[in-house]
Amino acid sequence: MDVLKRIPVREQDPEVRSHNFSEVCLGYNMEEAMEEASRCLKCKNAKCITGCPVSIDIPEFIKEVEAGNIESASKVIGQYSALPAVCGRVCPQESQCEERCIRGIKGEPVSIGKLERFVADWSRENHIKPEIPSVKNGKKVAVIGSGPAGLTCAGDLAKMGYEVTIFEALHEPGGVLVYGIPEFRLPKDTVVKTEIENVKALGVKIETNVVIGKSTTIDELMEEEGFDAVFVGSGAGLPKFMGIPGENANGVFSANEYLTRSNLMKAFDESYDTPIAAGKKVAVVGGGNVAMDAARTALRLGAEVYIVYRRSEEELPARVEEVHHAKEEGIIFKLLTNPKEILVDENGWVKGMICVEMELGEPDASGRRRPVEKSDSEFELEVDTVIMSLGTSPNPLISSTTRGLDINKYRCIIANEENGQTTKEGVFAGGDAVTGAATVILAMGAGKAAAKGIDEYLKNK
Amino acid sequence: MNQIIKKQILNPTVTLMEIDAPMIAKKAEPGQFIILRVDENGERIPLTIADYNREKGTVTIIFQIVGASTEALNHLNTGDYIQDFAGPLGKATETEGLKKVAVVGGGVGCAIAYPVAKKLHEQGCEVHSIVGFRNKDLVILEEEFKNASSKLVLMTDDGSYGEKGLVTDALKALIEDGNQYDTVITIGPLIMMKFVCSLTKTYGVKTIASMNPIMIDGTGMCGGCRLSVGGKTKFACVDGPDFEGFEIDFDEAIARSSIYKPFELKAHETLCNLYKMEVK
Ligand SMILES: Cc1cc2nc3c(=O)[nH]c(=O)nc-3n(C[C@H](O)[C@H](O)[C@H](O)COP(=O)(O)OP(=O)(O)OC[C@H]3O[C@@H](n4cnc5c(N)ncnc54)[C@H](O)[C@@H]3O)c2cc1C
Ligand SMILES: Cc1cc2nc3c(=O)[nH]c(=O)nc-3n(C[C@H](O)[C@H](O)[C@H](O)COP(=O)(O)OP(=O)(O)OC[C@H]3O[C@@H](n4cnc5c(N)ncnc54)[C@H](O)[C@@H]3O)c2cc1C
Ligand code: SF4
Ligand code: SF4
Ligand code: FES
Ligand SMILES: [Mg+2]
Repeated sequence: MDVLKRIPVREQDPEVRSHNFSEVCLGYNMEEAMEEASRCLKCKNAKCITGCPVSIDIPEFIKEVEAGNIESASKVIGQYSALPAVCGRVCPQESQCEERCIRGIKGEPVSIGKLERFVADWSRENHIKPEIPSVKNGKKVAVIGSGPAGLTCAGDLAKMGYEVTIFEALHEPGGVLVYGIPEFRLPKDTVVKTEIENVKALGVKIETNVVIGKSTTIDELMEEEGFDAVFVGSGAGLPKFMGIPGENANGVFSANEYLTRSNLMKAFDESYDTPIAAGKKVAVVGGGNVAMDAARTALRLGAEVYIVYRRSEEELPARVEEVHHAKEEGIIFKLLTNPKEILVDENGWVKGMICVEMELGEPDASGRRRPVEKSDSEFELEVDTVIMSLGTSPNPLISSTTRGLDINKYRCIIANEENGQTTKEGVFAGGDAVTGAATVILAMGAGKAAAKGIDEYLKNK
Repeated sequence: MNQIIKKQILNPTVTLMEIDAPMIAKKAEPGQFIILRVDENGERIPLTIADYNREKGTVTIIFQIVGASTEALNHLNTGDYIQDFAGPLGKATETEGLKKVAVVGGGVGCAIAYPVAKKLHEQGCEVHSIVGFRNKDLVILEEEFKNASSKLVLMTDDGSYGEKGLVTDALKALIEDGNQYDTVITIGPLIMMKFVCSLTKTYGVKTIASMNPIMIDGTGMCGGCRLSVGGKTKFACVDGPDFEGFEIDFDEAIARSSIYKPFELKAHETLCNLYKMEVK
């Protein structure tokens, strides 16, 4: 074994997987995991931990994996994270824990994410359950939204003895984990459901189909329903559009709509009722994880797919692994390209998209070189479907119906990073609702911090 | 899961159900809607809250059987449960300060118009209701509208009941008669609302149309329900469903309502076949 190299992880063949919705990455088996774990130096001053937003004791759990004590490894991770099977799959590890790994200086960093995933999957398959808290303190906390921020906050509070109820607007808990991220990256029935069941096993109640701001309000929860504190983890679900001509034509969808139909409503599966207009030639506008997910979903539904992105490959915000997978599967990248207009046929359907070529100019406020249009470079891309994946912002439903809950100019809820405290007493917030669209693990980190913040607030009250 | 407390067939294609939903009943206002899923594999479909009883904790829905999901819903009976039932969604119809209003409903749109007429009437507003149906067999809520209006004009396309003609004919006649409405509120098929708006525009009477684009989440997350209103993109589920009629791009809305037609037809066919097999 070359210690500088990772143990490769098995994946479905690109030819095969581009026609199915089963998971792309197959994960390690016990032998592979133990071997990869042996590459870890179990550093005293482990840099990897500083790269993890929830500070998992990485060398400690990897040590247990190396010894084959997976149940112990799972207990170690469980102290820090409620959703290890999710994070092991979708965390941008290459820019977090693994980026700081000492092994990475000379060779490839330890596959921390894949090991975390292995531990979580093994625990699920072997029915290892989290320990159920025995003491209750009689205090009630409401959590709004059941994405990673809400689930983490709820789980942590339940462990401390609080009586926690999660209110979720949709019919299925999980937030983006169920409606956004596709099955082929994050299996719903096995992985997501089990992790949610684990949170429920801690005593957390989940009430679906309750839209806070409509069905009831935060003020009512606190004044009439007896909740002592509230955590808002309502995400950033509101999709943006470009404002170009033709954008409301039939065949133009937000990535959220396309993905929700496929993931939450399971439109890819014949036995479910929700339809999806998959398209034959699809352009996905944008370059983030969401764009890659929409593109790879359309591909699996039988389309030829373009990614249209106005900057160059280097600036693609999506995870490297996702871009790599997308390319392997045959997604065509139209980089340095920007849409100008969507062409519509006489029945109101998309028949093409006028694009313009871009080149990179001076750096802008984000430090990235600003794309500018090349003159006389307009061309028509022949497509019948366009999926807009331009980012999302928090929904005003909650901020506009809660007295004294302030937001900033991006409509994000203003909250203290350390403890989640908002401008309204007793109300805490975290995750995408506060930061704008970010990552699963950051949302979990914020949920954790807020659980501590709520505990301190209620103890001192 | 929400239980069906009462089921009543209003006509061969329209059914009323009273649903146990205390949390929604507590908050519901005319103009708002719910989203339901009939069963675990079902789609999310929006239906207007046709009535509510805060004491009993129930809300009433009235739906037309047009496709697979409404067909499946109609196969449930009193005592059965609906898988998911979320609401109240959307903004309530603005009724404050209105003194004289024409409420124009078409077909099952009358079910949506009724709670608005009732609320206006209770507020002491003079309500002229104009309701249109294709023929006599399809008439619904006649008694209810009578009780909620100072004037009721019932139209049928074929003249088999009430007056023969379109709701726009009746509205035009009332305006020509000198009735000055603060607002016209119209709810029904897109094409009907489009014609109501082009009529009232010529008279300069403010008109509100209740829009019903295809929805999924109903919380502002998918953008599927978007409409062009005054040249801007609006999400009907959170910004509406009511909008200023003259500002709406009806042609775009009409095109968008047909996005899933081929799938819907096939789904309905499959379901009908399934039910026939069960009957055997
Ligand atoms: C397609 C896609 C792919 C992604 N890929 C990755 C990835 O690979 N790696 C990664 O780290 N991150 C990824 N992300 C980002 C990540 O999923 C989010 O940052 C994360 O889910 C945010 O968590 P959250 O708990 O703050 O909010 P969410 O997951 O958005 O959950 C919010 C929940 O609150 C509910 N809610 C909203 N309003 C209300 C209300 N008024 N009342 C009740 N409930 C309400 C919503 O229905 C939702 O369930 C991706 C996002 C998308 C959309
Ligand atoms: C805010 C709102 C309030 C509504 N209130 C009522 C009501 O009180 N009574 C009533 O009978 N109908 C109402 N509708 C329309 C109702 O939602 C559709 O008739 C129903 O979804 C059709 O489902 P289906 O599967 O039976 O028919 P399908 O065969 O699937 O569709 C028939 C037609 O219904 C429309 N439709 C399909 N799916 C949806 C969807 N998810 N959302 C909206 N429209 C859709 C389309 O125009 C389609 O062509 C309302 C719609 C909206 C948006
Ligand atoms: S949670 Fe994410 S950042 Fe933390 S160790 Fe796991 S993969 Fe790395
Ligand atoms: S930095 Fe790398 S080698 Fe060191 S403990 Fe962390 S994972 Fe192991
Ligand atoms: S139904 Fe999804 S945004 Fe309105
Ligand atoms: Mg349908």
